[in-house]
Amino acid sequence: MASRVVLHLERERCKGCGLCVAFCPREVLGLAQELNGLGYHPVEMRAGERCHGCGRCALMCPDLAISMAKGEAV
Amino acid sequence: MSSTFAPPEALTKVPFHYCPGCTHGIIHRLVGEAIDRLSIRERTIGVASVGCSVLAYNYFNVDMQQAAHGRAPAVATGIKRVLPDRVVFTYQGDGDLASIGLAELVHAAARGERITVIFVNNANYGMTGGQMAPTTLLGQITTTTPSGRAVKEAGYPLRVVEMLATLEGPVYLARVSVHDPANVIRARRAIIKAFEVQLQDLGFALVEVLSICPTNWGKKPVEALSWLKEHMLPVFPLGEFRAVS
Amino acid sequence: MKVLMKGNEALAEAAVRAGCRCFFGYPITPQTELLEYLARRLPEVGGVFLQAESEVAAINMVYGAAGAGARVLTSSSGPGISLKQEGISYLAAAELPCVIVNIMRGGPGLGGIQPSQADYFQATRGGGHGDYRVIVLAPASVQEMADLAVLAFELADAYRNPVMILGDGILGQMMEPLELPPFKEDLPAREWATDGCRGRARRIINSLYLDAEELERHNLRLQEKYRRIAEREVRWEEYLTGDAQVLVVAFGTCARIARATVKAARSEGIRAGLFRPITLWPYPYRQLQAAAASARAVLVVEMNAGQMVEDVRLALEGRVPVHFYGRTGGMVPASGAVLQELRRIGGVGRVQHVRPA
Repeated sequence: MASRVVLHLERERCKGCGLCVAFCPREVLGLAQELNGLGYHPVEMRAGERCHGCGRCALMCPDLAISMAKGEAV
Repeated sequence: MSSTFAPPEALTKVPFHYCPGCTHGIIHRLVGEAIDRLSIRERTIGVASVGCSVLAYNYFNVDMQQAAHGRAPAVATGIKRVLPDRVVFTYQGDGDLASIGLAELVHAAARGERITVIFVNNANYGMTGGQMAPTTLLGQITTTTPSGRAVKEAGYPLRVVEMLATLEGPVYLARVSVHDPANVIRARRAIIKAFEVQLQDLGFALVEVLSICPTNWGKKPVEALSWLKEHMLPVFPLGEFRAVS
Repeated sequence: MKVLMKGNEALAEAAVRAGCRCFFGYPITPQTELLEYLARRLPEVGGVFLQAESEVAAINMVYGAAGAGARVLTSSSGPGISLKQEGISYLAAAELPCVIVNIMRGGPGLGGIQPSQADYFQATRGGGHGDYRVIVLAPASVQEMADLAVLAFELADAYRNPVMILGDGILGQMMEPLELPPFKEDLPAREWATDGCRGRARRIINSLYLDAEELERHNLRLQEKYRRIAEREVRWEEYLTGDAQVLVVAFGTCARIARATVKAARSEGIRAGLFRPITLWPYPYRQLQAAAASARAVLVVEMNAGQMVEDVRLALEGRVPVHFYGRTGGMVPASGAVLQELRRIGGVGRVQHVRPA
């Protein structure tokens, strides 16, 4: 069973600092064009299929904007 | 689906006020994860200091006290002496801990107070807009060292962990950093240990966490992390300077 | 059953009997016996004794311990109380109950170690920042050093406010027989203490209000509390004031001297009386007005250059001339000298002078 990863991006907490984008080894993430409620360009999923759940983005996020669910595909 | 990464229960849901990319947020999360890991949330009391993290009492989902600038180790001492079976930690910046509060820190450490000190070193006074701190590097420009910190006027940076390592009271002293994922994991491990020695009633513990200040350093967050790696690590070497075998 | 004790030690023992189990202090003459007594005594009752690295650290330890729910005491003399002022402002702002003892000595600066009352302004007007008040109690005997210690803890808890006991080197160092108060076991609950949030919502002890409207609301709450204290907690003593034509106003050690002087004046046919404030804040303004009803002149006697005399003038609003006699530097007014003043001001106009060294 391929393990499936679901990244949850809390866009309204994101301040567009770009650390997650910088540390993602597979360029899964990017910063959106539009602004969020805080007036920042929030993180967005660019290529979710490339994500294998290494968690570096979540480790480097200073605003608890990224959480990750990982496990056996149901 | 087993969730492998979620906000710790020991942090509230209140969004951080910190600047974009400020790694206070990461360090808050690590402290929250440590408290969750050790399942001590309901008997932990935190002491917030004065600086960018002065609002930490909004973020740590534990009983909190707000201390006067520099006095968190004394406030924590008062709490711990009265409630020896509770877990007490302070969360302090470099101006609070290494400048105005140095005497309180050194004596709490020398007494071996059973408290855990989380010391965030971002080489300047963040909240007040980027003045020199005791940990500001030689040559580093701040609003109070406009042409760079010069030895003749402002002396040398303080290496707090090494200083405390000359005392018997501390049982765990480490300096860690959060400038990349591997270091974030190591920082979490050190913070957990700093709480564990308190639970084992062994003595004083402090973890110095090198952190960035994009706004006052005038750098993008990613650049600030490399500046930390390139300039701060040589002056503030990482490692465990005192640990229980 | 009376025991003979030093003022400093009587106060310390009374605090323990009042349920105080936590003391943070620092050596400074003329208060150090209080620290030393509790170093022996508190361990006997399973209490916390800690000699801090400075008075600044000590007052912040008080903040933490009080916030954690303990009945906590600290003591010092003028210079140390100056160092504690920031902490006292925080304690008042965060509404934390505690007792702070100042066994006053000659000032300013390093000053001397003999008795003084020169910290009156600091105690009653506040040496720290912001609009805050501490309840200030002034003992005049070793018995009152003990009794007011018990009262101080009760008032501190009743109003969640720091209470200061303002003694001096004489009261601290001299021995007198006294009845020690009984042991008090049950302390009032602390619904606000930060002792771990098991089974309840978390609690925060704080004095930071970045929002001005919120800080003003907090200030108004504090001022309302101070108004309630001023309305209910004024304490004073009167001696032969009913028909007094010359009223002496003095607190603490000077009140003892004034009492002897009033007696001597009466024997010479001078109708003198004594008004002794016991709470220096809240000051007994209305009660002093009433006591001075029949007075043609008032003489204030202090061991300073004239501080409480300003409160006396505030109370009497110019209705009667207020004279002042003060000694400073640790010199103690002699009863004879005060009597001389009483004789002189029987009818003469207002005079204010500090007797030269």
